[in-house]
Amino acid sequence: MNIPLNIDWQQILLHLLNFAILAGGLYLLLYKPVKAFMAKREGWYQQQADEAEKTRQEAEALKAAAQAQADAAAEEAKAIRVQAREDAQADVRRLKEEAQAQAAKILTDAQAAAESSRRKVMEETQHQVKELVSAAAEKLVLSSDSAAFDQFLELAGKGEDGDAS
Amino acid sequence: MRKSKRGLLAWLLLMAALLAGSLLTGHGGKEESIQTAMRDAVLHDVNRVNFFGKAVNPGLISAFTVTAILLVAAVLLRIFVIPKFRYVPGKLQLVLEEIVGLFDRLAKTSSPHLNGFLGAYIFAAGAYIFVGTLFELFGFQAVTTAGHSITLPAPLSDVNAAIALGCLSYLIIVSGGVAGNGIRGVGLALKEFSLPISMSFRLFGALLSGLLVTELVYYYLNLSFVLPVAVGVLFTLLHALIQSYVLTMLTALYYGEVSEPVPPKAKKGKKAGKAAA
Repeated sequence: MNIPLNIDWQQILLHLLNFAILAGGLYLLLYKPVKAFMAKREGWYQQQADEAEKTRQEAEALKAAAQAQADAAAEEAKAIRVQAREDAQADVRRLKEEAQAQAAKILTDAQAAAESSRRKVMEETQHQVKELVSAAAEKLVLSSDSAAFDQFLELAGKGEDGDAS
Repeated sequence: MRKSKRGLLAWLLLMAALLAGSLLTGHGGKEESIQTAMRDAVLHDVNRVNFFGKAVNPGLISAFTVTAILLVAAVLLRIFVIPKFRYVPGKLQLVLEEIVGLFDRLAKTSSPHLNGFLGAYIFAAGAYIFVGTLFELFGFQAVTTAGHSITLPAPLSDVNAAIALGCLSYLIIVSGGVAGNGIRGVGLALKEFSLPISMSFRLFGALLSGLLVTELVYYYLNLSFVLPVAVGVLFTLLHALIQSYVLTMLTALYYGEVSEPVPPKAKKGKKAGKAAA
């Protein structure tokens, strides 16, 4: 049978055989090894990327932990500051009260001391006055002068009035 | 400066000598008419080559030669280049990876479900069409059964080679359908029954047209200067690229289409009918 266009089944089969040999050879010699190498390299870069991602995540975690630690330290410092302020205020109050109490005590003591001194001075003065009066009376009695005795009584009467006022 | 002038002078002298030689040696009378040459380029019924005692089309010899060239190149690359591959590629490694990656990506994007075999097939087909088309530029000679010397044409300008590759691509598509969808896949592939013919004759027509234009240009001496640079080299390069891309892309697209899993049809009609009853 004469097929148009000089088509020949045997030559078609030979072409198929030729191409099958070529395809198999190219697959084994080029396509497969090059693809295997590309896959290997992709795997290597993927591993690198994964490791970098892991390191990044670890760094993020460390950063978060450090931040939390810093926040806690800041909180603690704030609490310590507040406590110190309160303690200082309490100390100030206490010292002030103590100072006031001490001042009041000093004042009281001073007043008491002053009163005591005044009383003592008064007593001494009275004692001296009595001695003076006694001495004057003795002097008058010894002079036996009635006029002088009257004068003495009169003076003694005046002196008592002055003390009483 | 003096060196470049001397080189230019040598080149001009060589050109002049070649031109004079081509004009003086003459043609010695045309052995065949343009009609015969064109007819033979299409049918290969005059200039045939002896292949183990059988007269075959020169395209078959071209096909075996191209395969031998490609396999030798592949063996050399496998022995001397691939073992020295590095993670940061050199120029040759980059070219090889880009070629393999191009067909691998084409297979993966066209047929996401099933693409391992497809990638290998379109890689081989693309390399065969590209190198086979460029093959005609090198002017490999063969002796016909009549004792004449002829230049071996591109393998795919032989209709038998084009039919072989077109039908094989169709069989690959059918195999993809079977692998992806079983018997239903065969049905899907058979719907495109015109594919083997269209793929075969697209290849044959494209390669043959290039061959005919080249034959025509080289047949007349007056057209054999300067013009072949554009017609012979640039057009051949261009359609080597285009035909490689077209056949591999079509194969990958149809393969992806028939191998895509078909979701089972919901039996809405029956259920609705039962509900109504």
